[in-house]
Amino acid sequence: MKIQENRNGENLYIYLTGELDEHSVCAVREQTDRLIDENAGLSRAVFNLAGIKFMDSTGIGFLIGRYKKLQKYGMTMYLENPNAGADKILALSGVYSLMPKL
Amino acid sequence: MNEIQLRIPAKSENELFARNTVAAFALPLNPSLSELSDIKTAVSEAVTNCIVHGYAGQEGWIEIVCRIEGECLHIQISDSGKGIADLEQALTPFYTTLPGEERSGMGFTIMQTFMSTFSVQSRAGAGTVVTMSKDFGARAEANAQ
Repeated sequence: MKIQENRNGENLYIYLTGELDEHSVCAVREQTDRLIDENAGLSRAVFNLAGIKFMDSTGIGFLIGRYKKLQKYGMTMYLENPNAGADKILALSGVYSLMPKL
Repeated sequence: MNEIQLRIPAKSENELFARNTVAAFALPLNPSLSELSDIKTAVSEAVTNCIVHGYAGQEGWIEIVCRIEGECLHIQISDSGKGIADLEQALTPFYTTLPGEERSGMGFTIMQTFMSTFSVQSRAGAGTVVTMSKDFGARAEANAQ
């Protein structure tokens, strides 16, 4: 998995690329949490999922975990550009009510 | 009829191999991209369960048997791990035995939703067998109506 960031005003953009599953999630969690910690003063975090080729429910658990972390910093979370497969499990698990899709 | 049998160690690095192998086996059924994604996701959920819950990080083997019969793909994924004491609870959406580990509790729900049929057999101490199938072509269209 590759993780890239970009700051724009009050927004922290996190771009995830690769396959998000039980094997990759530990490293992704560590790197993403470090980015969130470094940008804790911002208002919003936008997770861009365009590069996620595959994700299963491990990804749902990961996203909910980041949502909780961002909440502690008073930051809101958004998702953008999931592919059709990711969109299907995100919708099924109801996470868009916590982190809306832009 | 065609069949494959895979036996892989319960390591998370084998998840990618398992889901892509089952997806490749399904190719003669002319799956759509969406159907392929459904299969990969369901397999990934079942294999993750074997690793995280069945063997709980201990060593063990996962057996995957796939069979194509007509326009139907049958998949059976089993482990010899600790099994599930309360199946009804385990099948409840969002229920997880590991709430501290960022688990969504959606694994079985996703398998049920993405496949045409789904069943799980398990007993505490006696391993778990997940059996699921997916219909393709005219058979899938008939089911959708």
